[in-house]
Amino acid sequence: MIEASTAQIWIIIIAMGIGTYVIRFSFLGLIGSRELPNWLLKMLRFTPVAVLPGVVAPMLIGSNAAHSADPLRLSAAMVTLIVGLLTRNVLYAIIAGLSVFFGLGALIG
Amino acid sequence: MQQPHQRKPFTQGALDSLPFFIVIVPFGVLFGVIATEAGMNLAQVMGFSILVIAGAAQLTALQLLTEHAPTLIVIVTALAVNLRMAMYSASLAPHLGAAPLWKRAFAAYVLFDQPYALSTIEFEKRPNLSTADKLRYFFGAGVPLGLTWYVATFGGAVLGEKIPSDLGVDFAVPITFLAVVAPMLKSLAHVAAAITSIVLVLALSFMPYGTGLLVAAVAALVVGALVETWVEMQRNTE
Repeated sequence: MIEASTAQIWIIIIAMGIGTYVIRFSFLGLIGSRELPNWLLKMLRFTPVAVLPGVVAPMLIGSNAAHSADPLRLSAAMVTLIVGLLTRNVLYAIIAGLSVFFGLGALIG
Repeated sequence: MQQPHQRKPFTQGALDSLPFFIVIVPFGVLFGVIATEAGMNLAQVMGFSILVIAGAAQLTALQLLTEHAPTLIVIVTALAVNLRMAMYSASLAPHLGAAPLWKRAFAAYVLFDQPYALSTIEFEKRPNLSTADKLRYFFGAGVPLGLTWYVATFGGAVLGEKIPSDLGVDFAVPITFLAVVAPMLKSLAHVAAAITSIVLVLALSFMPYGTGLLVAAVAALVVGALVETWVEMQRNTE
């Protein structure tokens, strides 16, 4: 559950809204068609693969996670990763992972 | 030469975006359900989807909120997930940069993954499109998806009030992130960045309030860019 106050949540929403908009508007709005340095474009391209695995790992095997190293969750995560790698399709990977989690979960109770 | 059966650019963009509805709808519903179950009210859930419109960043913020991370850490980390959009903005600027400022301002609002991806493909295929037509195509690819994102989130929020919170629906968050990342792991550099991120975030778990994640993410960015540069150099010397 979230413990942050209503005001804190709204601050986060508004700050993220403005921040995300500024990121999107940046080059399109202000810089026009000027070229960006290659190294910067290269780094920007890696942001999702740099951030998201770091968000997921502690949820699955972190020492503070509520269900750390739970075999059922780990199997579902592995299946998601494998299906995602093989099919390159986000939706198939989600369906496969959740099917394992809820299907196998129901099976072993 | 005008091709036969040429559709209007907006219609073409909307048609090209159709396959993405299958991803956007469940993703939006998921966000609505999990945010509601975590204790957010309808206005906050919708505020997220309307003001931010970026699924992965919204789920990241939600996850950090349930882990009781401080406000500033939540904002910085979630925005880091969206930094890739600066690259989208830069790569569309040569195509849309000549449009009036207010149109570019609105285009920036719908500049999320799918319209960006579709537009780069289309503009490469049809380099002779006028700026106005390019913009129409871009809006066709982005506006219907954006509206659907609102509706899906709303549906999820309503659903979230009805289904019990101990079903384990929260587990859909790591599953969704893995599903988003897996198809991106298409080069050695991407894999190296992902592994760096995982190893460092676990090694730095002693650092307070999720600051370890920020360090891990920055290191992973640098590793990704360095490995890619190294691979390119290897290729050039062959």
